[in-house]
Amino acid sequence: MRHVDGIHDVGGMHGFGHVQELTDAPPFAEPWEGKAFVIGALAARISGTNLHAFRHAIERVPPQEYLVGYWNRWTIGAQTLMEDSGIITDAEVRARAARLSGQDVPEPPRPEPHKPQMASGGAGNLRTLDTQPAFAVGDRVRVADHGAVGHTRLPGYVRGRTGTVAALQPCQVFPDTAAHFAGENPQHCYTVDFDSRELWGSDAEPFRLSLELFEPYLEPAR
Amino acid sequence: MTSAPEHLDPALRVEALASLLAERGLVDEATVETFIKTYEQSVGPMNGAKVVAKAWTDPDYRARLLADGTAAIAELGFKGPQGEHIVVLENTPAVHHVVVCTLCSCYPWPVLGLPPSWYKDPAYRARVVREPRRVLSEFGLDLGDEVEIRVHDSSSEVRYMVLPERPAGTEGATQEELAALVTRDAMVGVAKVASP
Repeated sequence: MRHVDGIHDVGGMHGFGHVQELTDAPPFAEPWEGKAFVIGALAARISGTNLHAFRHAIERVPPQEYLVGYWNRWTIGAQTLMEDSGIITDAEVRARAARLSGQDVPEPPRPEPHKPQMASGGAGNLRTLDTQPAFAVGDRVRVADHGAVGHTRLPGYVRGRTGTVAALQPCQVFPDTAAHFAGENPQHCYTVDFDSRELWGSDAEPFRLSLELFEPYLEPAR
Repeated sequence: MTSAPEHLDPALRVEALASLLAERGLVDEATVETFIKTYEQSVGPMNGAKVVAKAWTDPDYRARLLADGTAAIAELGFKGPQGEHIVVLENTPAVHHVVVCTLCSCYPWPVLGLPPSWYKDPAYRARVVREPRRVLSEFGLDLGDEVEIRVHDSSSEVRYMVLPERPAGTEGATQEELAALVTRDAMVGVAKVASP
């Protein structure tokens, strides 16, 4: 059985149709997209959270809004992060939007900030670990088949599948706990290779799929 | 389950957010302008193109780039957000690498800037991990059956950049001339660099 936790976990999903055309379009098609980018880029700092919490906020955007487009889900994610920390409320945003559109609506009260408190091991997400990695290059590993409730960087399409450790990557902050302010909990991180037929069946196009998996996602293959 | 709140026009939502945050002293107009200008003018695929052109003309640099992408890229002054650990993948006549982020849209900002629309679109993210040959063909890149395809899903803070094959007919070209040929799409692995 394939677990899918949210609309964001699209790897392997059918029904999206033709890929978009390759173009040399600039990063922001319209001025508001540039502003949206900056608000999202600063949202974690403003809300006293982190990159993982921002990704999780985007993952919580309702599917119908998520699919409207990238800068829409990015902006709603940024707003959610700031709502969660008591920086802003949705009512305030809607009232301000109405006022900017010329409607004379009252401004709701400001919330009381309540930023999460989580110790940080420094800038960025790379960390060092004293523990030895459980797996080595060449080891066969099976991916846990857990149905994650919160944030995870374990895509649904590799759950329960067996692959081979191809490389050890730098140890990193564990997104699954950091996104919920339950600690950086750094983990060993592995590049794992999968044969396309292990993922998609014997009729699949032949190719090799690689991705990074954190140690708690993995168990030795029997 | 409660129903989703009414859709707000995204441009208007951004305007409302920017206005509230400015009032609170949390985001000011100058910061916004600086950020936008940076990613419109200084951080983009022209950085990655310089890395590629140098790797094509300097074998020692190419070796360093493939051994430790982050450090070799930093030699040219490129580093910053979304570039903590960059791995460079070399495309050859036998092996073709292509990069995606299925869970969001992770992308190596210091060398490629912000991701293009097609990279962030669910169609690319969903399909390139399932039928890469067909997806590449839709983009106009038809690879022979003898070419091994390797797809990289950016699921951690590791970021990937493709070192494309140097095109024929560029033997005497300078690094600057070569850099002008290198495209963003080739450094993600959905295109090849065309001969001049």
